[in-house]
Amino acid sequence: MDAPALSRGTFIRLTGALGAGLGLALSFPGCAPSSQSGGKEFSPNAWVRIAPDDTVTVVLNKSEMGQGVATGLPTILADELDASMNHVRTEFAPADPKYGDPGLGGDMITGGSTSIPDSWLPLRHAGATARAMLVAAAAKQWGVDPATCTTREGVVYHQPSNRSASYGSLAATAATLPVPANVPLKTPDKFTLIGKQSRRLDLTGKVNGTTIYGIDVKVPGMVYAAIARSPVFGGRVKSFDATKAKAVPGVTDVVQVSNGVAVVAKNTWAAFQGKNALQIVWDEGPNAKVSTASLFADAERLAKTHQGERIAASRGNPDSISGTVVQAVYRGPFLAHATMEPMNATADVRAGSCEVWAPNQVQLRARAAAAIGSGLPPESCTIHTTYLGGGFGRRLEADYVQEAAEVSKAIKSPVKVMWTREDDIQHDFYRPMSLNVVRGVLSGGDVTALTHQVVQKSWYRDWWPQLVKNGIDPGAMEEVTDAPYAIPNFRATYIDHDHGITAGSWRAPNANWNCFVTESFVDELAHTAGKDPLAFRLALLKHNPRAANLLTLAAQKAGWGRKQQAGVAQGLAVTFWNGSYGAIVADVSMQDKMLKVHRVVAAVDCGTAVNPDIVVQQAQSATNFGLSAALTGKITIKNGRVEQNNFYDYTVLHMADAPSIEVHVVPSTAAPTGIGEVCTPPIAPAVGNAIFVLTGKRVRQLPFNDALA
Amino acid sequence: MVSITVNGTSHDVDVPDEMPLLWVVRDELGMTGTKFGCGVAQCGACTMHVDGVATRTCVLPVSQAVGKQIRTIESLSTDNSHPVQKAWIAEGVPQCGYCQSGQIMAAAALLQKTKKPTDDQITQAMTNICRCGTYDRIRSAIHRAAGET
Ligand code: FES
Ligand code: FES
Repeated sequence: MDAPALSRGTFIRLTGALGAGLGLALSFPGCAPSSQSGGKEFSPNAWVRIAPDDTVTVVLNKSEMGQGVATGLPTILADELDASMNHVRTEFAPADPKYGDPGLGGDMITGGSTSIPDSWLPLRHAGATARAMLVAAAAKQWGVDPATCTTREGVVYHQPSNRSASYGSLAATAATLPVPANVPLKTPDKFTLIGKQSRRLDLTGKVNGTTIYGIDVKVPGMVYAAIARSPVFGGRVKSFDATKAKAVPGVTDVVQVSNGVAVVAKNTWAAFQGKNALQIVWDEGPNAKVSTASLFADAERLAKTHQGERIAASRGNPDSISGTVVQAVYRGPFLAHATMEPMNATADVRAGSCEVWAPNQVQLRARAAAAIGSGLPPESCTIHTTYLGGGFGRRLEADYVQEAAEVSKAIKSPVKVMWTREDDIQHDFYRPMSLNVVRGVLSGGDVTALTHQVVQKSWYRDWWPQLVKNGIDPGAMEEVTDAPYAIPNFRATYIDHDHGITAGSWRAPNANWNCFVTESFVDELAHTAGKDPLAFRLALLKHNPRAANLLTLAAQKAGWGRKQQAGVAQGLAVTFWNGSYGAIVADVSMQDKMLKVHRVVAAVDCGTAVNPDIVVQQAQSATNFGLSAALTGKITIKNGRVEQNNFYDYTVLHMADAPSIEVHVVPSTAAPTGIGEVCTPPIAPAVGNAIFVLTGKRVRQLPFNDALA
Repeated sequence: MVSITVNGTSHDVDVPDEMPLLWVVRDELGMTGTKFGCGVAQCGACTMHVDGVATRTCVLPVSQAVGKQIRTIESLSTDNSHPVQKAWIAEGVPQCGYCQSGQIMAAAALLQKTKKPTDDQITQAMTNICRCGTYDRIRSAIHRAAGET
């Protein structure tokens, strides 16, 4: 490898392994060089490869779970490269710190709507640098000044001499040239793909069934397994009888693993049947008596006694302000992700190696899990990331990887561990339940003071402990400490409600709940003050024109303030999520306690919309995801167990209840921010605020269909 | 031994009679375009055509598929030229895509029966779950494909 080139700049050439093509590696400051190089020689990560057949391969260090990164990241690179999108191929990066995202501490994580913003500059630089090298190669061949060459759709042109050469034909020469440093980037007016490329690159396989998800992986000699896990959180196997399971036709083996008992079979169905036939005695552990009611009672006690309470943000003195006091308590349920593709992983553990195929959002953590499961060092474990049948944060965990490695190790055979939907609903890392106590003071029609107490389990504590400072989980305070409003006297406090129910990231964590509180309560204050909810919010957003303009845009497009059809009312909400803003107006009606959301107008400001139609797709998707939870989503606990089983009792949004969603994207040339999540938080409060207009009832507990029943 | 005809080809498979068609097709025949989502006829990810009728095959014992024409997503077209596939691409329906084999098979069966379905007919027929929330676009794509099947 060309170590000196690295010392001069960010990029280095890849030689050798790629044959006659040009490969460009990209070194992020802060990312460790590969370990086998002993820190001296940099073994680079290939971000882009240009082959003699003109194929441009972009390596993705992010997972494609529907949000469109397999189109978005190549669009960014291909634009600066002046490549043709028809030549672009993608490949998922292996688990290797070289592919870590410096914006996320060097971890490989697809989450938090960070993929596009974190990749924006590195991929543009990669494209521009590769382009400069291809131009230099052509200029050298033709004996002309590179400045007189132009590029378009994968071809270098020299107009004065009427010559042209495709990138593929230049790749081998380009690969011998020095890597230029500081290649200038395009100005936005020169973009040919960014802001224009709308067609996704992954559609073909997704309409004919050829896209390979984790569930579709086939490895020679592979068998199938299903695992019976403790129905009670934290329980363990005491003893089990496998006689009946082994009698199921097709079942070949039953082995105990760390989280339960695995039934191995010749096909998935036999494994499921065998699992059902297992007789297991569980040591139910400390959570055997836990219920939703007991958990909320605990939360209320914590809230009242302020036990372990930490101040996360504070301004002025909210306690000494006098005026009209409004107080409320909001209660949020646990939520499961219910990705369309249930959890699964395929593992092949052999002496000295472990290979895993898994739909996952966390390649390095998956590798660490494979290492634990196989008993091998992480460097001996390979992770192949497939397409994901949905992620929504569930696949930021790697439990399914560890158990697959354990089973493969135990049976000495490649195996696919497949979860049933019931497994998936009952063994999730749930959006944590939450108790929020809010108190506002109105004087002269304005909010002069606000306090917001959050009692919620910290999942960062286990997942991202370095971000938890002084016992304050910043994730649990999303949309509380960073709510877009300027209220002069303000205090936000946090109590980590530690309990045995596993919790984790769920689309727009945990703004997906806290925004419901903030935006419903601001609405309560507006109505108490006798003010129009839009005008009331705009008065609180004078310092934040981006949020104010977006809310105004959504309101205008939705016809806010206009007379609605009889029985229909509107509610609105706005949110800020990791750099992006989203505002929603919902048109809602209620008939015989039947709630119907007819139409949603969503406005989003995510800076540059790299792929405008994917931005619209994600706004629609995130809205429906939030609406699904708001209408019917809840996981309840009884005797330490999840009470729900499958889609018949953990109901999700169907077409019949899905509103038409009109999306308005604010034109912008600012650097892009994320779009996969920002519309999830505001939909529930927008609907709740409309319900208040319709019925005079303020719903402070979700899901709505329970609260209104 | 059970004999079934999938996409015009007959297969003999050595499985219990009660094994659902979905798993026979996926694990025994190795055709993985059809997905598993719930196993209890709730989500539609496993939709195939059985004698032309959109059927949730996770609960259909393979013995009940004997003697019937079974069609999977793999049979729709090899080049995405089926009007429903074309419409799905034109409207940019898929996100994660996992539910879409089932959605497309359900839509294709609907359009076989009802050439120009109304919004209500689409809502009635399309009860498959999509966790990515692509419902708006599924509806538009069905309207687009209508009349072309
Ligand atoms: S898998 Fe058959 S309906 Fe869900
Ligand atoms: S596209 Fe992801 S579940 Fe439908």
